[in-house]
Formats: sequence, structure tokens, C-alpha cells
Amino acid sequence: MSDAVTALNGARYEGFATIEDQGLTGMITLRGDLASKEVKAAVKSAIGLAVPAQRQALTGDGAAALWMSPDELLLMCPYDKVGDTIAALEQALKGQHFLAVNVSDARCFMRISGRGAREVLAKVCPVDLSPDAFTPGMFRRTRMAQVPAAFWLDEAGAFHLVCFRSVADYAFDLLKASARPGGEVGLYA
Amino acid sequence: MSTRLAKGGRLLDKGRALNFTFNGKRLRGHPGDTLASALLANDQMLVGRSFKYHRPRGIVASGAEEPNALVGLGEGARFEPNQRATTTELFDGLTCISQNHWPSLDYDIGAVNTAFARFLPAGFYYKTFIHPRPFWKHVYEPFIRQSAGLGKAPNPGDPDRYEHFYAFCDVLVIGGGVAGLQAALAAAEAGARVMLIEQTAHWGGRAPVDGGEVGGQPTEEWIEATVAKLRDMPNVTLRLRCMGAGVYDHGYALGYERVSDHAPEADAPRHRLWRIRAGQIVTATGAIERPLSFAGNDVPGVMLASAVRDYAVNYGVSAGDRTVVVTNNDDAYRTAITLKQLGLEVPVILDARASGGGALADEARALGIRVENGKAIAKVKGSKRVEGVAICAQAGEGAVLEELKCDAIAMSGGWSPVVHLWSHCGGKLIWDSAQAHFRPDPANPPRGAKGEGFVSAAGAANGASDLAGVLTDADAAGKAAAKAVGHKPKTTAAPKGSQSVEAPMQAVWLMPQGAGIRLRMKSWLDYQNDVKVSDVQLAAREGYESVEHAKRYTTLGMATDQGKLSNINGLAILSDALNQPIPQTGTTTFRPPYTPISLSAIAGSARGEIFQPIRKTPIHDWHEDNGAHFEPVGQWRRPYCFPKGEESHRDAVNREINQTRARLGLLDASTLGKIIVKGPDAGKFLDMLYTNMMSTLKPGKCRYGLMCNENGFLVDDGVVARIDEDTFLCHTTTGGAESIHGHMEDWLQCEWWDWKVYTANVTEQYAQIAVVGPKARETLAKLTTDDLSNEALPFMGWADITLAGMPVRVYRISFSGELSYEIAVAASLGRALWDALLEAGAEHGVTPYGTEGLHVMRAEKGFIMIGDETDGTVIPQDLNMQWAISKKKDDYLGKRAQERSHMTDPNRWKLVGLETLDGSVLPDGAYATAAGHNANGQRNTQGRVTSTYFSPTLGRGIAMGLVHDGPDRIGEVIEFPKVDGGVVKTKIVDPVFYDKDGEKQNV
Repeated sequence: MSDAVTALNGARYEGFATIEDQGLTGMITLRGDLASKEVKAAVKSAIGLAVPAQRQALTGDGAAALWMSPDELLLMCPYDKVGDTIAALEQALKGQHFLAVNVSDARCFMRISGRGAREVLAKVCPVDLSPDAFTPGMFRRTRMAQVPAAFWLDEAGAFHLVCFRSVADYAFDLLKASARPGGEVGLYA
Repeated sequence: MSTRLAKGGRLLDKGRALNFTFNGKRLRGHPGDTLASALLANDQMLVGRSFKYHRPRGIVASGAEEPNALVGLGEGARFEPNQRATTTELFDGLTCISQNHWPSLDYDIGAVNTAFARFLPAGFYYKTFIHPRPFWKHVYEPFIRQSAGLGKAPNPGDPDRYEHFYAFCDVLVIGGGVAGLQAALAAAEAGARVMLIEQTAHWGGRAPVDGGEVGGQPTEEWIEATVAKLRDMPNVTLRLRCMGAGVYDHGYALGYERVSDHAPEADAPRHRLWRIRAGQIVTATGAIERPLSFAGNDVPGVMLASAVRDYAVNYGVSAGDRTVVVTNNDDAYRTAITLKQLGLEVPVILDARASGGGALADEARALGIRVENGKAIAKVKGSKRVEGVAICAQAGEGAVLEELKCDAIAMSGGWSPVVHLWSHCGGKLIWDSAQAHFRPDPANPPRGAKGEGFVSAAGAANGASDLAGVLTDADAAGKAAAKAVGHKPKTTAAPKGSQSVEAPMQAVWLMPQGAGIRLRMKSWLDYQNDVKVSDVQLAAREGYESVEHAKRYTTLGMATDQGKLSNINGLAILSDALNQPIPQTGTTTFRPPYTPISLSAIAGSARGEIFQPIRKTPIHDWHEDNGAHFEPVGQWRRPYCFPKGEESHRDAVNREINQTRARLGLLDASTLGKIIVKGPDAGKFLDMLYTNMMSTLKPGKCRYGLMCNENGFLVDDGVVARIDEDTFLCHTTTGGAESIHGHMEDWLQCEWWDWKVYTANVTEQYAQIAVVGPKARETLAKLTTDDLSNEALPFMGWADITLAGMPVRVYRISFSGELSYEIAVAASLGRALWDALLEAGAEHGVTPYGTEGLHVMRAEKGFIMIGDETDGTVIPQDLNMQWAISKKKDDYLGKRAQERSHMTDPNRWKLVGLETLDGSVLPDGAYATAAGHNANGQRNTQGRVTSTYFSPTLGRGIAMGLVHDGPDRIGEVIEFPKVDGGVVKTKIVDPVFYDKDGEKQNV
């Protein structure tokens, strides 16, 4: 699979925050009854994480469980483990009504880190990103300027953001413009 | 003359000088100056010419309300017209020019208009220039455009950057004067998250100019201490140079931050638009002094009394050596006292009130200033600057009692609270007859979703008049706002401000009150749009009784200052002319923004490369590298064709089609919508969504389907593949991917919520490449060991195989009529697969083709295209697609609608092929004419072209169209008129032009 490349192909920009491509990442859309014990058990067995609560991100070693909607999760795992993970989900949910589908290539996955990370996103997303309001482990699906996007914040203060692959260049350039030195707002830093 | 004083200037850094130019003249100022204060310090009293009459105009105000001092700021790409000198901070190297004059500011030809003022009254456009008709375009309009108008349009190519910022708070306080500071403090001490924004570069507003004490401390010290306190609070955000531009529904407000206007050399955004969501909004926006309406009140040197005081105290600038003060209230006495204490002459204070002023008047008299009660200005002497005044009795008609020399006039007609932001979202006003102003009606604030008020006014913006009143009011507003968002305010009292005991003001709308027409024609209401007292009175006489009509007829308040100085005076004159009380006349509507904001700030970072998102397929870079001519398809950019060298687009399209039909073509079809539909009820669901039967499709097979909306109209089409018993993959059109996914979810969530179906839009998960042409199978066979024979993978089948070492899904479907495989691969491998196919196909001259080739080939086959053959009014039956409508199903979306009488009308136009007799290409969208004319005198029509192309395969023009009784008229010739005259004779034919039996695709 050495031919597989992300849309951003490892791009990185250092402004008053750092924007970088996170590389190929396994992503699975899982739809089902999130409250059911079957789905909870399936997610646990497939990626070792619990089902996240509303607007929550749960992360583990190379894995993440992200709350997308009342009946949808986005699960992350290593890119080359997607097939196995979907197989595990299908096995665990046999007989249930659910959908597990590979969306690893449909998305672009970036990290926004550094002191200015909150401000970089607050310029383009209508989300309250103040430290009191947006805390580690929170996950938000939102609008980033003119495209849909979703992100969570980790304990180290970095944001992990997904958007659609086709607009990866737009999203990266947009965040670059946001992070350009001189544009520090001085609100959250 | 105006000049810099030796003393004063609390905002200045006199230790440093800044150079700037005005109309090329080199001038100097200091850090802390505004452009206006620096111009006055250099005795540049005349700063522009008026809009209509080209009268000389000088600086009137000291803040955002300034109507006259508009300049063209900057040079080259940074040139910007209509910039207010009073709100432009001076920086080193600033260049500006005055506006609206020719050939120069001092000698202006257009000033001749003022001599003809009688012929340019209100509404003159409507009256004067109607006849003769052709004169408007060729004579009147060019003349008016030459002589009227303010600044020049800016040059293209703004080099600066701009951005937005989304901020959230419990309480947004707009205005950083004493009221705003106290309101913010009270709310913050209650624990609310507070944001305080101030449009100028300084905290404290006008209070330091007027002196007084707060809690025993000089006002200026209190301001400093309060700002320091707020700065230390973690729940408070302070922003200077950030104007509250607008208040909208649901606590949304816009802040306009001028980040680096004052420091253009900084590598920083120029403006930042704050998009603020607040629980409560407090408008502490202060008040604006009103001019008085007397003859010659627009002569340079006539200024607002508060502005004269501001310039003296803040910038150490005197408007003149001898300043006459004219007023109807006590506040203007402060200006006289300030000037006198600075050692300047105040020859007289003309107080229009017969009973005169209170304690401040006594103080002025004690300083030796002459005070004349019941007196007024009959007229101002001088044209390019004030030379003197003629004094009369306010009660009379203007008979001159005395003439005095002076070089400046400080006027005050009372104060109007700035109610703009309160009013933007529906806050109502009440008339306060004691203060003669409109102020916010606390019983009728802008209301939120639950009916609760979400805006309150504080301080002078709420009608409070002295420091004591302002602080009490603001403290209460801050606490109430905090309480409204769930915090518990402290019970501490508001700090005590100085009280001032003033004599009541007296409303004076015209000076003298009995001024005759000669004086009224020289009494300006709206300086920027050149509207006089006489114009408003004329409008009233001519029947423009509504204030909104009078505004538009006279243009009062319609200039870039939106009538900040003129509106109240104007509607008072209108009320008087209509013999009705002012509240009955009411105000015009206050609309955002408070003062003009840059369009670039609104656009934010959306410019250049990130003006809008461009969607790119995984193969986009190859297309770019290989000279693709792109066309937008939604937000995608798809190659239209790939011209080689000097090749024309048409030649490229023809080459791509010929090569594909003869040997091998490649199409990047990645943009095609792909939606997974899964669940025990998936088949039932798709049977409802498509007109044909999908539940009977076998796994491993594909079926073409049509989708209609509830009204029966065709909205999308595409190939459905059944993946397994529970799972389908629905291909949609490129433009339909998101909307059809939304359509599916809409029905699943709102109507059939108990059906067990999940959907997922996987459009971007795959790159999809169509391998098309007689050599398609041969080429693929080189890259796989899987069986692709007609037996193993027949037409309308699909299979998962390994191709060039990659796992792919191959759909044997065709939109071209050729042997064709559409290959879906993980998007990350899309480019690798494309490269492998190019290499494998090289021996067959593999030719990537674009959307135009795709369109022509599908038209040659008579395949419809959503958006060409359909336009939202076309049903499948119009397209003779009854074969795709299941007769076995009880229902599908659109079924009942298609049974309505209009839908079953045999007169509906139906799809046919069209062949021009001369082989030419029909114009797109052309209509076929029929005999006779309709009720509007237009030719009757009997059909229209929906798709039209040159077919390189057939060597002639081909088209599809909807024609009345079309399918029954095969062989008949109809006529399509052309835009350039003449008609194209066209034969009605079968819409399938090429390989009707499908022999090429079924091999």
C-alpha cells in the first residue's frame, strides 16, 4: 500500500500555531443504537474504547471514538487495521441493525497545536473556544469558514481536526492564513 | 485661525512629531492626534466640498458623527475614499486628499451650483430631468455624476489581510466610556463573562474632557483604576479600536476592530470582524451633540461645542482665537469656560433661552464672559471660514442687532443619545420632551426567543445627563444584565459621580425661530447630503408626510454618516411643518452598521486562494499538470477537456471522443455521488425513492434508476449496485451527492423513522475511474488475474477484484455506449491507479477525456442528463422513460403527483432527437416556433432544445429537445429561429443517434 497518499501529503505550516497533516488514519463510520449494550461491547472489542457521550471524544493508543450524532460514531484506528476493525464490528454486531463503513480515505486529518491553536480555530469556526468553555475531550462538529469540519482537543492542548478530503487544500490554506504571525488576537493565549 | 496651543493635549505625545500630507502639502502632528486634530493644528480649516452645491466645508465634530471631514486616504492599492478624519488616528507618512472638488479645494468650479441652489431643491432629480427622455442618459446623468458624489472608487488589489473572530460572552458592553466601564465592572463582579469594546483608542469616552469626580477621585484617575481592575479580571475581555457595528437577533453582535489602521507598517490584519454571541448586550454608546439650524451653520469654523472642547482638551488645538458660543442648554458653557481658561477669547455666549443658564452661566460670567440670553445667530459671515456673526433675537425673524468678529463658532442644540445599536434589532424609543431627544424605551427592548429583552442601554445612551446619573444607571444596567444571564450581582452601591445642577434646556429647531426663507435656505440640516431646512419644509408641502418618504425625497440622513447629526433636527422641522408632535412623526429606521465598515472585513479571509472551497479529486493534480481546461461543477473543478499545445477546446473534445470510441479513453468520475444504504428495510426504502424496482436487484448486479420528488419531478438519476442482501450503493449525479443524501435522511428521520435503514455518504472515500472503449477489457486484463470476460462480468454487473495490486470494485456500466468499466478504489490510491491505467493503456493511445466528451458521448446515445433534459418541471414520462417506472409498485415518491391531470396531459412536450437539415449545431436553449402569436404578442412555441452538441462520431450537429407531440412527429421538420436572425430547419428524429442496439457496450 505504499502508493496510498493523503490529500495533503504530509504538509506542515508553522505560524503562531502549527498546522500539520496527520497522515493516513483508519476511520470508520458506525451507525447504530449507541445506547445498546451490543454497540458498546462492539466498540470496546474493536478499538478498546467506550461509546462517547454527546459531543465527546474518547481516545486511546492509536484509536479514537468520536460522537457524531445520536446514532453515529466516527471510530479511528491505524490505517492498515480498518479491515480487521470493521470485521470485528460486524462480528460483534451480527444480527443487529447497524452500519459500519470505511471512510478513511474520505477525510483529511490534521493537527493544530501550539499556544495559538484555540485562536486559529476561533477565526474560522463559530464555536466558543475559550479555555473554560472548550476543554480536553470535547468534540465538536461545526463549520470551518465554508466547509464542514469536526475536531477534538487533547490533554496536551492540540486540536485534531477532520474535514472532507476534496477540500483538504482549502482547509489547510485557510488554517495557514488564520495562523499567520501578526494575526494573534491575544484572547486565549 | 485654528492652531496648536502651547498647553493641553492630554492624549498627545508632544515629544514626537509625525509627518503627513494633505493634498500634497506636508504637515506635522503628534502621536495621539486624529487626522482631524492634526489638520486643525495646521490651520487646515477647509477640508472638503459639499455633495451637491460644492460649498466649502470644515470639521464639525470630533468623533464618529463627523459629516464633513471625509478624505481619500492612502495611495495606490491602499487608497480608500470617504474616511472620516475624526476617527482616523494619525501615523507617520499618512497621505490624504480632500474630495468632491475640481480643479482644487480652494477654487472649485462646481461651487457655481450654490448660485443655482434655487433650481436644485429637494427632489430635483425627479422634477427637472424627466424630459426630454433621451437627455437623461446623454446630458443630465453625465453632468450630475461629474458634479455630485463624494470620494473616488478605490483601486483594485487591496494588499492587506482581514479576518473574522467568533467570540462568546455573557454580557457584551458596547462603549468604553464611564458608563461602559461601570456596567462592565458591575457585570464582571457578579461573575459574568464580560466583553467590553470601545471604538476609539482610549477608555473613558468624553468624561475626562468634562472633568468632575467619581467617588472623590478625579474622573480620569477613576477611569485608569477601573480599566486596571477590569484588566486583572480573568472573566473580562477588553478591546479598544473595536466598534459595535450591529446588534442582531439572538444576542448576536458585530464588532469592527481596526487592528492596524493606525500602524499600517505592522504585519497584522488590517481589520478584524468580531462575530459575538452574547447573553445580554449593554449599549453604553454615549450621546451626540446636535447642531443648531441657523444661516451659514455650514461655514468652516462652525463646530459642535463639545468638539471645540474636545480638540482643546484632548489635542491642545484651538478652533479659533475668538470663539462665539451659541446654545440652548447649559453644557455649551463648559466650552466657553474651557476656552477662557486656556487664555482664548470668547466674545459672547448667545443663549437662545430667554431665561438663560444656571450655575455654569454664573461661572462663565464670573470669568468675565459676556452672556446674552434670548439671543441667536442671524447669520454667519464668511464663506471659506468664519469671519463673524450677526446677532439677533431668537424670538424674532432675524433682524440684526449687532455684528461681532470671530473666527470660530461653537454650537450646541442639545444632546441625542446614541440609540442606533438599541434600535437595530427592534428596540423602541420614547420622546423625552425635557431633554428634547429620543431615548430607549425600557419597556420595549429588543427581545429574544423567549420574549425576554436582551439589550439594555446605559448612561448617556439611556438619557442620563450628568456623571452621577450616568454611573448609577450604568451600574444598574451591568448588574441587571449579569442577573439576566444567571449571575448574582453584588449589592454594593454605584460609585458616586459629581452632580451638575443645570437649568432646563429649551428645544430650538430653527434659529431665529421666525427665520424667513432666505435664512432657511442657508440653514443646513444634513451637511454631507446638502439638505437644508427649506428642503424638508418643501417635502412636507409636497405631501411627503411620512418621515421615511421625506428622507428619501430630500436625501436627509442618507449619506455615509446616516444622519447622525441631522436626523433629529430634520424630523423636528418636518413635525413643525406638519403641525404634529415629534413622537408622532417618529424616526427613520436605524440599520447596521453604526458607521461604515470595510467590505474586506466582511469578506474576512475569503479572498484569493481561499475565496471559496474548490473541491479536488484525488487525480486533480494530474489534470492540472496535463493542461486540463477546468469547468466548475458545483464546488468541484472538473476537466472539460485536455487541449494539447495550441489545440482548440473543440478540437480537443473531438479528439478525445474519437479516440475513446475507436480505442481507449479514461474519465475521472470521482465526483459522482456514492451513498451506502443499509438495513433490513433498505430495499423497501429504495423502492420508495426510485421510480423503478430496486428490491428485486440481485447482489452483484447494477440497475439504472430515476428519483423524483413528491411533486413528481425528476431530481436525480444513477446506477444502483446491490452489494449484499442488506446493502445497496446508490450512485448520484455529481451535484446531487449531498442533496440526495439529505433527501434520504429527511425521509428516514421525519417520515419513515421506524424503518430500519442507515445511510452513509461515501462519495469521497473512492476515486472512480471510467475505462472506456473497445480496448478497455484488454487493458484491464494486463493489470489483473481476475476474470473480466463478458461471461464472468456481464454488462450491469460488478465485482471486487485486484487491479495493479490494488483492491478495487469494478462496475460494468456505460454512459458512453462503449465497453466500459468504472473502477472504484480508495481515494488515497486514486492517483496510483490512474497512473497504472495510463501506463497499461499507452499501447492503445489511452486518452483522458473531460466532461464535454462525456456529454457528447451520452447525447450520441440519447442518454438524458439531469439539469439538461430536466429543469425541475420535467417528469420521467416527458422523457419517454416509462420503462424505468415500475408498474408493480403500490407507491414511490412522485407517483401520485404524476397522476394529476396536468402531468398526464397529452399536450406535454416530450423528448425527441433533433437533426438540423444543414448539419449545423442548434443554439442551446433555442425554441421551436409554431403558428400564430400568444396573448402577449409573442410567437407561439412548440418545443425547445435541451442538449445540443457537435458529434464528431456522426460529423454533424445533434440535439435533444422537448417537442409538442414529439414522438408522434418523427420525420417532421420544425424551425428554430436563431439569435442573429434566420431559422434552422430541423428534423424530429429518434433521440438515440448512435448504436441503438447497444452492440458496442455488450461485447
